[in-house]
Amino acid sequence: MDEMRTLLADTCTRLFTDRVTPALIESTEKGQWPDDLWQAVEEGGLTLPQIPETHGGAGGTWDHAQVVLSAAGRFAVPLPIAETMLGAWLLASSGLDVPMGPITVAPTQAGERLSISRNGGGWALSGTAARVPWGRSAKHVVALAESGGKLMVARVAGGAAKVEPDTNLALEPRDTLTWSNAAVAAAGASDSLQPDSLWLGGALARSAQMAGGLEFLLSQSVKYVSERKQFGKPLSTFQVIQQNLALLAGHTAAAGMAAQAAFHAMEKGDAAFEIACAKIRVGEAAGLGAGIAHQAHGAIGFTYEHTLHFVTRRLWSWRAEFGAEGHWAERLGREVAARGSQALWPMLTAR
Amino acid sequence: MATFNFELHELPPEAETLRQEVRDFLRTELPKLSTEERPRTWGGHHPEFSKKLAAKGWIGMTWPKKYGGHERSFLERYVVLEETLAAGAPVSFHWVADRQSGPLLLRFGTEEQRQRFLPPITRGELSFAIGMSEPDSGSDLASIRTRAEKVPGGYKVNGTKIWTSNAHLSDFAISLFRTQVVPDKKHEGLSQFLVDLKNTKGITIRPIYDLAGGHHFNEVHYEDAFVPEDARVGKEGDGWKQVTTELGFERSGPERYLSSIRLVLELINEVGKEPGERAAVLVGRLTAHLNTLRQMSLSVAAMLQAGKSPNLEASVVKDVGTTFEQEIPELVHALIGAEPHLDTGSEFEKTLGYLVQHAPSFSLRGGTREILRGIIARGLGLR
Repeated sequence: MDEMRTLLADTCTRLFTDRVTPALIESTEKGQWPDDLWQAVEEGGLTLPQIPETHGGAGGTWDHAQVVLSAAGRFAVPLPIAETMLGAWLLASSGLDVPMGPITVAPTQAGERLSISRNGGGWALSGTAARVPWGRSAKHVVALAESGGKLMVARVAGGAAKVEPDTNLALEPRDTLTWSNAAVAAAGASDSLQPDSLWLGGALARSAQMAGGLEFLLSQSVKYVSERKQFGKPLSTFQVIQQNLALLAGHTAAAGMAAQAAFHAMEKGDAAFEIACAKIRVGEAAGLGAGIAHQAHGAIGFTYEHTLHFVTRRLWSWRAEFGAEGHWAERLGREVAARGSQALWPMLTAR
Repeated sequence: MATFNFELHELPPEAETLRQEVRDFLRTELPKLSTEERPRTWGGHHPEFSKKLAAKGWIGMTWPKKYGGHERSFLERYVVLEETLAAGAPVSFHWVADRQSGPLLLRFGTEEQRQRFLPPITRGELSFAIGMSEPDSGSDLASIRTRAEKVPGGYKVNGTKIWTSNAHLSDFAISLFRTQVVPDKKHEGLSQFLVDLKNTKGITIRPIYDLAGGHHFNEVHYEDAFVPEDARVGKEGDGWKQVTTELGFERSGPERYLSSIRLVLELINEVGKEPGERAAVLVGRLTAHLNTLRQMSLSVAAMLQAGKSPNLEASVVKDVGTTFEQEIPELVHALIGAEPHLDTGSEFEKTLGYLVQHAPSFSLRGGTREILRGIIARGLGLR
């Protein structure tokens, strides 16, 4: 790990250990926006690691973004850090400035379209986007919208939409936002963005968050079975428990590797293949890993009082957001099949 | 909690240049072999092919030049391994010698042993087998009973080794014997020996046929067999430490996730360029797992290159990798439902027939799944 990544990882661990307490996550689940935490994360330079300094970011790489998102997943940080990174990426890709404050992105559902049109000297945004992460809390919404078949990035103020609140399993806001000719604060186009760029970016971000979540499940499960005694000895001394946690370790390791590969490919440019691989492999690990961790924890892990569910409920939602494993597997499988069997191995080794 | 550390590693440009050379070589050489000789990954035994590979400098690649090696990096060796395995080249003649016997001699052998054995290995002239398991000692390797008793000039060996792959074809077997019985300390008193399988009186090699009727396993029986003093590898009593090092060489390579690659390729042929939804999902999922395992395996190779001992990481790769290669025939069966064939039928049906029957061995050889998970659990601090 390069020095910058190590430094970032340490910064995240310190900050999140201090501030992301069970009480804070609980109050966020009840609808309280954790503004102090957001300020600390933003001031710590953790929200824009991969954005160029010219656009207000930290000037790092996507590899750095992975470190932050992994840590955010590990601590179940109840903030739109991933969404802010994605929104800032869309803005910077289109030559637009990145404002301070929490950002979210839209649309996040397959097949949804938003439209942008001329409105006097400026632009206006129209359309409905369902299940927008942190839609009610974000200060800015960055939308990927179409104008006469042309793809544009538009930033609107958080309050510009009609909001129908909803949540995911982890009670993270997933709101339906509707814009009717809403004023656009900034708009731009980019050659590097495609209609599915946000879909890919979202899958990428969730992969890192889930890989981090799995790291928590593993360390938490190791800790629990080492402390909990039954039949007069720690659970960790039972071979069947050891075998289950070794399996969890394998899934955790594979998830981390898949996420790392995807972020690194993103830094190099063309990451669609690695992102598909990551969302498939990490999503699968998330489901299996959550099952093993809960089994190891027994009934106490199934209570609200215990903190295990802060991560497992996120994993169960995140693996389905921005395309579940099956979606990405079908997409990847079609591409591989179309190229034929002779192309598979050269394709893997060329990455 | 101790933790593992898989860092993404990109291969250096010289490794990619080498990859092209290996592909060109395989494209020329593999079609010369008959269908029967075109085996599935590392099971195929073909001394002439190994000699050609050796002539390219691809056996003993990382070893010092003074022993016939080529002083290339572990990553370059990795490229040769993964390319030959992915192409289904017959590599078993030199596989054990290149992977573990040679490195073991480099680490623990005498200068004389290195000079005698390593150069012919790098020329593809010497083949090695592994003499570890016994009829009553499988996963509990330290419980072996084959005795090597000190006699003038060497040792007298009595006992039986089992599951010795290719003992009937190999020149030597690096074998673990008990040189001293230490009560209640089974890990002590063990030593390793270079046993000449072709020229030692008192050795009987008997075939053990696998469930598919194939002969690679053997029982190697020792009855008052004399093994000279200079055939001992390392110090007397250091056998356990050495054998665990040797097993480490055995656990990290691409052979631990590529055993079923032929079936993945045949599956892609079978489902065609425009597969249905279920077929596409399976192909995509297998691709994602393959790519991830390759990155994990490469990461371990990079740790070895950096001089680290990634024992925990290697065990994780082998456990995740063998689980993957083992489930492939099951998933393909669930999707296609074609009858598996032995020698007749399409390439797809034959490959399925071969792998359905051989998959059970994937999580047994080189340390069972249960043993590996025990090692991982120890790495996690659970035991």
